[in-house]
Amino acid sequence: MDMKRSYYEDIELFKSGVILFWTIVFLLVLFTFPLYMSDYALYLLNLIMVYVIVSVGLNILVGSTGQISLGHAGFFAIGAYATVLLMTNLQIPFFIAIIAAAFIAAFFGFILGLPALRLEGPYLTIATLAFGLAIMHVIGHTEFFGGRQGLMAPPLDLGIPQLGWSFVLSSETSKYYLVLIITILMVLFAINILKTKAGRAFVAIRDSDIAAEVIGINLTMYKTLSFAVSAFYAGIGGGLFAFVLGFFDPFTFNLILSIIFIVMIVVGGLGSVMGSITGAALITYLMYDLFKNVNEAPYVGPLFVAFSERWMTITGMDNFNYIALGLVMIGIMLFEPLGMFGAWIRIKKYWKTWPF
Amino acid sequence: MPVGQLLIDGLAMGACYGLFGLAVVIIYKTSEVLNFAAGEMAMVSTFVAYHVLVIYGYSFWVAFVIALIFAAFLGVFVEYFFLRPAKNPTLLGLIVITIGAQMLLMGLASWKWGAEQKQFSIPFSYKVTYEPISGFIVSQWAIAVFVAAAAVMVFLYFFFQHTKMGTAMRATQQNKHAAKIMGIKTDRVFAFAWAFSSIIGAVAAMLLTAKSILDPNFMMESFLRAFASAVLGGLMSIPGVLIGGFIMGLIENFFGFIWPAWKPITAFVVIVLVLCVRPSGLFAKHYVKKV
Repeated sequence: MDMKRSYYEDIELFKSGVILFWTIVFLLVLFTFPLYMSDYALYLLNLIMVYVIVSVGLNILVGSTGQISLGHAGFFAIGAYATVLLMTNLQIPFFIAIIAAAFIAAFFGFILGLPALRLEGPYLTIATLAFGLAIMHVIGHTEFFGGRQGLMAPPLDLGIPQLGWSFVLSSETSKYYLVLIITILMVLFAINILKTKAGRAFVAIRDSDIAAEVIGINLTMYKTLSFAVSAFYAGIGGGLFAFVLGFFDPFTFNLILSIIFIVMIVVGGLGSVMGSITGAALITYLMYDLFKNVNEAPYVGPLFVAFSERWMTITGMDNFNYIALGLVMIGIMLFEPLGMFGAWIRIKKYWKTWPF
Repeated sequence: MPVGQLLIDGLAMGACYGLFGLAVVIIYKTSEVLNFAAGEMAMVSTFVAYHVLVIYGYSFWVAFVIALIFAAFLGVFVEYFFLRPAKNPTLLGLIVITIGAQMLLMGLASWKWGAEQKQFSIPFSYKVTYEPISGFIVSQWAIAVFVAAAAVMVFLYFFFQHTKMGTAMRATQQNKHAAKIMGIKTDRVFAFAWAFSSIIGAVAAMLLTAKSILDPNFMMESFLRAFASAVLGGLMSIPGVLIGGFIMGLIENFFGFIWPAWKPITAFVVIVLVLCVRPSGLFAKHYVKKV
């Protein structure tokens, strides 16, 4: 099933009219959310979309190119800090600042991609992990970056204030539309990049880098390009994250955030854009809403608090979401290593070939 | 610059990192799994010792032995329930599983014991000091660390060279399938390696906590330093790890003395530099890539 018969079939964005129809319906529904949702729900959606951007980018690196990165919080931090600092110190308009920040992140991605040419597997994991933590510590120790106190995001002005033309977004609703449009563009870009020469080179490197080199793929170029593209996504995500949160400090971008990014794509499904979107949405919801406020949940909440009082500690109750995250990570690897996308493919196959 | 002082302190910290690095290397050597949960497993074992020592009020050595037994069971538990059921796991899969175990243990520990910092003391205080040669101040803690490191090294040497289990572990490391054909129960060897590594990690963690404080996050960065020393030693050689640990401790201490603010990132710089220049580590033989 799903056999591609021609090149044009391979590169088309929507495989059938049905998929196109449902995509448009889904997007229209997304655009109507602010009409009936609370500010908190919109804030959560903004956060989800920021993480969607990052995980789509990370999936290009991990899922499609097969390089492991545990340092994406570093790129994310670079995006956030560069955007805010460019806007406050140099009075650069928002759109130019965020793109410049993403390019700075992409440059760091390129730099990190260079040692990645020689490293693989556990060694690469540790090198990227060290990079992410080093970025966090460097930002935390430098006064220019606000040190440990962190930074306040300036007002989100889409216009050019120097020319007297300013367009400040202050409500959650307006931020929601901005983040939504940028997310849609970034996702479309990711779907398309995987169908270009570069995207096919990435997949070839993932499957076997020696075979890829033999058929004439420039490993140096495409491995560093993959790191740079992925870091670019994290940079854009970071720039938006700064405004969604409004205030951030270096410890927001810790190792756990990098781990959460990896979990998002692993839960969603490696190498699939739709998988990273669903994974990011699910994990963000679980981590930042459901498990974080588990003690306020109906029925389960009081039970949980009582259990904590009797056997555990009340102060440590917030750490419950780490336990849940760990269980999700182990469970998904043991029972469904391909993630939600793998489960979806299996269900689809089952229905298409039923009753066989 | 108090060179003697920095040297002794650096070597003592380095021995801790080296011991802890051993915990990582033993598992990596036998099963090629990079155990990200090593730090948290050791942390939980230390909390068990703390619990027995402070809440139940037993003496230190009782707590120590109970913690080591707990550590062994914890290692077997993680191997048996989290790693063994994974069928043909990819490298990323193994990393995700061990990080998952890390998050799980960290969450459990901070749920059980709270996130506030605690004091864990062992009979060997770093405040009691001797000065055998002027300028070289040795604390009781440092002596305990050196003795522990030497004892573990000697024990490991005899274990790997002269016992049946050690030989089985070496055989499994060389070729898992051939070892299986020879009648070695490789699953049991893996479980044993995990228990072993967990015990060594717990010893290292207890020594490290005595110098700093006990909280659920304290092993996170120590794990990276230990890993840096393991990378320096080449991830495969047991004496190499300890020497790597000494180098790491010395670099960190001297660097930290000159630039105190940047001490935390020394480990990461060392890791990245070593990996860029010589991925096989300083002591390992050629880095051979399996295709």
